[in-house]
Amino acid sequence: MAERLTRDDVLKVARLARLHLTEEEVERFTGQLAAVLEHAADLAALDLHDVPPTARPVPLVNVLRADEPRPCLDRDEVLAEAPAAEDGRFRVPPILGEAP
Amino acid sequence: MTAGATSRDPATASAIAADVRAGRRRAADVLDEHLAAIAAREPDVHAFNLVLGDQARSEAEAVDEAVAAGRDPGPLAGVPVAVKDNICTRGVATTCSSRILEGWRPPYDATVVTRLRRAGAVIVGKTNCDEFAMGSSTESSAFGPTRNPHDLTRVPGGSSGGSAAAVAAGFVPVALGSDTGGSIRQPASLCGVVGVKPTYGAVSRYGLVAYASSLDQVGPMAATVADAALVLDVIAGHDPADSTSIPGPRPGVAAALGEGVEGLRVGLVGELTSDAAPDVVARVAAAAAALESAGAKVEDASLPAATYGLAAYYLIAPAEASSNLARYDGVRYGLRVDGSDTDAMFAATRTAGFGPEVKRRIMLGTYALSAGYYDAYYGQAQRVRTLLIRDFEAAFERFDLLLAATSPTTAFPLGAKVDDPLAMYLMDVATIPANLAGIPAMSVPYGAGDDGLPVGVQVLAPALGESLMFRAAAVLERSRR
Amino acid sequence: MTWETVVGLEVHCELATATKLFCGCPNAFGRQPNTNVCPVCLGLPGSLPVLNRQAVELAMRIGAALHCDVRRSIFARKNYFYPDMPKDYQVSQYDLPLNVGGHLDLPDGTRVGIERAHMEEDTGKTTHVHGGAGGAPGASGRIAGASYALVDYNRAGVPLVEIVSSPGIRSPEQARAYVAELRDVLVATGASDARMEEGSMRVDANVSVRRPGAALGTRAEIKNLNSVRSLVRAIAFEARRQADLLEAGGAVVQETRHWDEGEGRTSPLRSKEEAEDYRYFPEPDLVPLDPGEDWKAAVRAGLPVLPVERRAALAAAAGVDATDPDVAVVVGAGLDGLLTTALGAGVDARLALTRATNEVAGRGVEAAAVDAGAFASTLRLEQGGRLTATQSKQVLARVLSGGDPEAVAAELGFEALAGDTLAAAVDEAIAANPGEWARYRAGEEKLTGFFVGRVMAATRGKADGKAVTALLRQRRHA
Repeated sequence: MAERLTRDDVLKVARLARLHLTEEEVERFTGQLAAVLEHAADLAALDLHDVPPTARPVPLVNVLRADEPRPCLDRDEVLAEAPAAEDGRFRVPPILGEAP
Repeated sequence: MTAGATSRDPATASAIAADVRAGRRRAADVLDEHLAAIAAREPDVHAFNLVLGDQARSEAEAVDEAVAAGRDPGPLAGVPVAVKDNICTRGVATTCSSRILEGWRPPYDATVVTRLRRAGAVIVGKTNCDEFAMGSSTESSAFGPTRNPHDLTRVPGGSSGGSAAAVAAGFVPVALGSDTGGSIRQPASLCGVVGVKPTYGAVSRYGLVAYASSLDQVGPMAATVADAALVLDVIAGHDPADSTSIPGPRPGVAAALGEGVEGLRVGLVGELTSDAAPDVVARVAAAAAALESAGAKVEDASLPAATYGLAAYYLIAPAEASSNLARYDGVRYGLRVDGSDTDAMFAATRTAGFGPEVKRRIMLGTYALSAGYYDAYYGQAQRVRTLLIRDFEAAFERFDLLLAATSPTTAFPLGAKVDDPLAMYLMDVATIPANLAGIPAMSVPYGAGDDGLPVGVQVLAPALGESLMFRAAAVLERSRR
Repeated sequence: MTWETVVGLEVHCELATATKLFCGCPNAFGRQPNTNVCPVCLGLPGSLPVLNRQAVELAMRIGAALHCDVRRSIFARKNYFYPDMPKDYQVSQYDLPLNVGGHLDLPDGTRVGIERAHMEEDTGKTTHVHGGAGGAPGASGRIAGASYALVDYNRAGVPLVEIVSSPGIRSPEQARAYVAELRDVLVATGASDARMEEGSMRVDANVSVRRPGAALGTRAEIKNLNSVRSLVRAIAFEARRQADLLEAGGAVVQETRHWDEGEGRTSPLRSKEEAEDYRYFPEPDLVPLDPGEDWKAAVRAGLPVLPVERRAALAAAAGVDATDPDVAVVVGAGLDGLLTTALGAGVDARLALTRATNEVAGRGVEAAAVDAGAFASTLRLEQGGRLTATQSKQVLARVLSGGDPEAVAAELGFEALAGDTLAAAVDEAIAANPGEWARYRAGEEKLTGFFVGRVMAATRGKADGKAVTALLRQRRHA
């Protein structure tokens, strides 16, 4: 079972989630999240190895649609909401790494 | 207009629609009356992020034209409706009460919005809510809290606090909210209105900005059970744009409302009620008595896994939310705070755009899904979910319906719980199980607590059991008069 | 001491559907940027995915053609941030993929295991721009030193199948053969047009080395392989790089490396502070996919004859081994029908295979354009001694698109050399070269060529080398 949530855990998780935290926030969040996770420890104590997980409460399978084209959005309407656009594309600052 | 109105009250949606369809009232006049009510009290209540004056007026006029031309204007003709601000309305700001989506205008309508419009409803505004629907008090809204119309020093509940307050204050007879862990039912209870969370999959989620995908549902809030039924019948039904939408035709609930509860077996769930404040427990007991007077048999019921529901919810919901909210990165829409490279921009944007509660849940969720922790947290929570589903199945072998408290307390003061997230999370303990199991549940106003503030009681039904649930709700409503 | 190269390939292929994986936007190439998008593939708040039935059909065909177990599967979210990802997660398959365990038989008879072939959605495309605002889009395109980037989501949501091989490939050439064969299978099933240069098939290579018999070494993943040639060169480079490193006492780092075609080397990508944690979990907006026995049976029954089966059939008809290289070339070029016609007309199998390989496939002639009857007739003439090998090849070059071999031969002045004319030429050559004849009679076989050359010169190339050799032998024993 995982140990109590640490500062380092919070920093690592904030990085994964692309969030900057102030020092004060790191302290505060570490305490608050650790308290919530302690309740999660009650769950961990249960022996549920033969209970299947439920991913969603609706017993549907095979929801499929026909391979038929539908109308696309008007590009102007899409780009009107873009923070920055150029040449019909979304403009962003330089990307430093390749896609994983 | 105050809560507890009957369906013969001219201000109900049912009455408005009947009058407008028959040509007895004009939709435009109905709208004006409601806009006046809004103008009078909205500065105090702050139910809305946006009131749609001109657009609403054209919609109302279109309804009046249809009536004049002899065309069917729809079952909600001329009814003013408020829509929670996490439901997409084309060309109209949909902010989720977050800075990160401030001013964002979707290029499409949510399916539920399309259905409301087709039914002749007039959309009057977008209601305030907890940011991205995460909260139980509407205090985490980036645009300021909503106040409870019954007592402006108190919260309306959350996350659909704006919709609940809009109905309670008489701004609109009906509103749409969303419910992930109780976000329709709890504010309904605190504001003294009816609030319905349908069976998961009964109402399309297409266009509902996702918080926790396997738990979210859109549902109606109204002053009367009949009005809630009317709106549910309009918005429910299969949507091919939502893969989790239940196929097949949906029988309406409005028609069966008067059928009563004679012979029905009702289970009073101890785990969801006994820890509530004594005055709340007393109201639930009174509701049980009313059902018995109407011919139902009420006994104690138990859902042992419900004690783990809160912990399971606060792993599953944040986990799904952490993924659903990743898309807010400043690239395509919404707030952008620039950075020297895209990663820096992502972080600067999200840090500036999200409030602390959203950040907390994103981090909690990210942690619960991360390598090494998935099985112990998210995986284990999904197993607890199975246990709870089995508990409900067993309970519904013995009982047709379940009864419980909705909220453990009446409306608490603004600011009372904002610094204690765990205390805030405890407000959902009675409502969360229905979301985890995907079953329908609704809150029906049932008198007041010792402080004179509204108390709602919760009726739960098996999946697709909305008709039975509404029948019991109608009996409870009648018993209050 | 030798090193064994160990390669596993991850191939992504775009499925040939009419629309995207989760929405009705057309699955089309080359549209104006961001005109082929909708709320779903843009990942707008509130949007939801709905799975494309035809994408499932094609993915199942791939599984069936690769002899995979087609199973109940679910979709999963792979979470990471990147500007070409509209939702900052990719909907893919993780724990329970559609197709599991299979194999691909290569023309040389070797078999490479397939671990899985799962479905996922494609991302958008980024262009890195250099220079100030308004710099020409696509200038250089290199990430390093770019000023900003532009993103087009037309491709976001296009259906992909990712095919993961076992680490069972042992050389750059075998990798080439694997990719070629896989491509042929994908094209045969209609699942994808699988063109590396167009991006509808993308290949990443996992490369490691080890001493023969040892455990698997640490592998590096190589990306940016835009052609089969790059794939072959990159594997060779990387294997050597790792071997050199290990021999010098170093250790191979598990990392992603970028192939630079211009410089002919791999280099590590900018290293991140920590490895990506994708936090996979089941996609809550989709329901499980369970195709069922009927659908699976229909897919299997509908499979076309696959390349390995065509090779086996052709080899059997020709009486040669199924791994015969000419058989692979003929089938790869779609010339099975040509061969069948020739064999049916009594052409010797080896002759037909050789000529089809070199004179048809080798010259890039399209299978559909070949007149099988003319091909067979020409080879019958060669077989019967009416045309020499050289003449046959020249006639073929003219008649493949249609024509009469006899007429073309006459046109080109290729008369058959009458038997006695040939015998006379041979006798003249013997008489004119008594010394060489004595040595040939004594057993110097290599003088055969000398006499064939003399006869060829005397007959101005019309003699058939085999016939001359036969006559020489006759004379020798006379």
